[in-house]
Amino acid sequence: MFIDTLLIGISSGAIYSLMALALVLVWRSTRVVNFAQSGQAVLSTYIGYEICLHTHNYWISLPLAIFAGAIVGSLVDLLFMRLLISRAKSGPIAEIAPVIATLGLLGLIQSFIGLVWGNTFQQYPSPLSGKGFTFGSHVIPFSPQNLFIVIASAAVLAIFGIIFKYTDLGLALRAASFQPEIAQLAGVRVSRVRNIGWAFAGAAGAVAGAVITPTSTLSPNSLDLLFVSGFIAAVIGGLDSLVGAVVGGLVLGIGFSFILQYIGGSVTFLVGFVILMVVLLIRPQGIFGHKVNRRA
Amino acid sequence: MKLGLEVIDFSVEYGAVRAIQDLSLHVVPGELVAVIGSNGSGKSTLIRALSGLIAPSHGSASWNGISILGKKPEELVRQGIVHISEGKSVIPELTVAENLALGGLWRRDKLDVAIATQESLAIFPVLASRLGQRADSLSGGERQMLAIARALISRPQLLLLDEPSLGLAPLIIEQIFLAISHLQSQFGLTVLLVEQNAMSALKIADRGLILNLGRLIKTGTPAELLADSQLRAAYLGF
Amino acid sequence: MRSRHLSPRTRALLFLVIGAVLLTVSGFIGELRTYQGAQVAVYMIAIASIILLTGYSGQISLGHGAVMAVGGYGAALSFNLWHFPFAIALLFGVLVGAFGGFVLGVAAARLSGPYLAGTTLALAVGLPTIADQFHVLGGEQGLNFDIGDPPRWVVRLEGGDFTQYKWFFWISIVVALVALWGITNLLHSSYGRNWRAGRNNAVAAGLAGINVARGKVLAFTVSSALASLAGALFALLLGLVTPTAFPLSLSFAIVTGAVLAGVGNLAGSIVGGVVLVAIPELSGSLTTHLGNSQKVSANLPGLVMSSSLILVVLFMPNGLRIRKFKKQVKTQ
Repeated sequence: MFIDTLLIGISSGAIYSLMALALVLVWRSTRVVNFAQSGQAVLSTYIGYEICLHTHNYWISLPLAIFAGAIVGSLVDLLFMRLLISRAKSGPIAEIAPVIATLGLLGLIQSFIGLVWGNTFQQYPSPLSGKGFTFGSHVIPFSPQNLFIVIASAAVLAIFGIIFKYTDLGLALRAASFQPEIAQLAGVRVSRVRNIGWAFAGAAGAVAGAVITPTSTLSPNSLDLLFVSGFIAAVIGGLDSLVGAVVGGLVLGIGFSFILQYIGGSVTFLVGFVILMVVLLIRPQGIFGHKVNRRA
Repeated sequence: MKLGLEVIDFSVEYGAVRAIQDLSLHVVPGELVAVIGSNGSGKSTLIRALSGLIAPSHGSASWNGISILGKKPEELVRQGIVHISEGKSVIPELTVAENLALGGLWRRDKLDVAIATQESLAIFPVLASRLGQRADSLSGGERQMLAIARALISRPQLLLLDEPSLGLAPLIIEQIFLAISHLQSQFGLTVLLVEQNAMSALKIADRGLILNLGRLIKTGTPAELLADSQLRAAYLGF
Repeated sequence: MRSRHLSPRTRALLFLVIGAVLLTVSGFIGELRTYQGAQVAVYMIAIASIILLTGYSGQISLGHGAVMAVGGYGAALSFNLWHFPFAIALLFGVLVGAFGGFVLGVAAARLSGPYLAGTTLALAVGLPTIADQFHVLGGEQGLNFDIGDPPRWVVRLEGGDFTQYKWFFWISIVVALVALWGITNLLHSSYGRNWRAGRNNAVAAGLAGINVARGKVLAFTVSSALASLAGALFALLLGLVTPTAFPLSLSFAIVTGAVLAGVGNLAGSIVGGVVLVAIPELSGSLTTHLGNSQKVSANLPGLVMSSSLILVVLFMPNGLRIRKFKKQVKTQ
């Protein structure tokens, strides 16, 4: 029982990590919490769903959905965020303008999806079974699709890790997020690098949407709760730290899984809220955040 | 057309405040010019406007006859103009090696980046032993050396230096200025150095300009400037 | 603010006149419009709670739908369980909401924009699930909130055709006017000035001896009291409270209404309330013209609201007020 709960926790935690990673990538590059992230992810998932309808092949639709997610992320930055940041500098809502604007974008994306695909629940099936693995007579709630979720998330996180740590692009991304002005003076094209950060975030969200949706249904709002979990995970990790986002996601996923198993499902988000409050009030820089980074 | 850095009728405003007023100057290739001024004299503003971080309200500026106005700092770096900002001039969260690599990130010629890195480390050997450390573990002087070393990897022609002596101990200041002077002679770099520490700056400069409240007060060789006792008392502070 | 130069007595008189006019008007409009009028009044209070919080104290909440739920449950529970009179039940809901707001406000005062937004969002998602945990809150079925027929004196006063909806309309309008009147007075007091000072420049306000953090907590408390009042009335109009009656979209809608109307001015809550009721209504009739597609009718209101929200944030940070907009265009 314990192992089952842990495995399920890791599977949902992997998804939270991806969403948290998307939020952290945007926060680091633009200092904006992107409330439209779940909207972008669900739009990419719908694109994958549409492709799957035509090709009848999940494995073709998945990479295309991820690619679509990157494009959507990049476009949101180019067409929307740059305008917002250059315009909303003063006025009564300057400080909360990014929150309001990204919420508006979320609503816009969701109504757009509703107009195109309708608000009914759709199935975006994957060829992998959603039935749990069987050991002898014991069926565990962990299915091949869950296993794929874990593998896909781990692969994405590993790829991002390698890009950030070992490539020129990764160095430019880190430099631009820590000290944009110094990066600029060293010759880094900061706004272009920032845009790549948005594309990465969009891709991470798209992976989350496209691998989790086969386990349930697809609707314009189907990833809203994922945003909340991703946000909590990102804050636990410090909102600034990529490693923190991953650890925060796993901690939250496993925590939720045990609450679901031993206390009951309906309180999970209330517990999430309490965790969020406790982290923010006791250690506002998160577990992996550095105070120095924040001040700069 | 004049070679080198030519600035004509340059003005920069912050709202209603004019930080730089109708300033003109010319730095010939290979020359090391020191701009001396106290806090609020507009010297940092001048250098920030030249490197594209802020926009001037009036005037022109060109490098070897090509206008440098309206270009972002990252584009100017590609034209050989590198600005080293005051104080926070390295990225503390990155390692020394990563900070160095930043200077060569945009360059295609990776072989020359490697050569330039070796040359920079030869000039500042202390950095070579700290490549894996985070830059925030360095002392103030070492950070300044790191910033200059990073700039060198971009193979600059014109170096815009903003108060390299800020917050450093006298002995370290001397070391840094010696290195700057060495760069000028070794690589034929053109240097525009903005400094509050007039004594150290004039020691290595070919020419000095004195800036007060956004206006150019006096131009001359270090010897001429130092000989003027009134000037020394009023602006140089010794 | 239009009422800034009015003396308290004139202001009270103004509210009385508006109330009298609206109550008289209720005799001449249809059932649907009466119901919508009541909705406008409820949204008005909810939007005022956001304007108070965001415009006057610089904080944000994406969880005020949950706070409304607290008010709704508080009122319904005390009315059903302890048989409180309706007015007292309403007040009880407000008190519970204000207390919750106070607790939340203590934490909120230490959080900046995006963190507060995310935290209140998590609250909006998490809080309604409490209802499932306690039998007394009715689980997923929720609680009924039926205050019965209008009292006899009202019916006698108004004649025989005094309907339930008209009674709701009267209650909502009177409560909304009293609440707005109270808040206007509060904002003209020293508390209101301190909030604005804290929003505009927290450091300077702190140096001037204003306790910015305490002001923020108070603002959150008063705002939550207002939101739970709106929630109690919302439950009254629905006739019941359930965990799903206060969805995330409600939280977003009232923030949208406040931003569209302009968070800088309490009078904006009236515009905002009308907008929130009018947009679905107008897009409904527009959909009929467009051939009555299910997809369009379900999504046009959201599309209109979100696009206006984005346009307002980008181009009219003071909200949809023409006068201010002109001034802004001139300065650009």
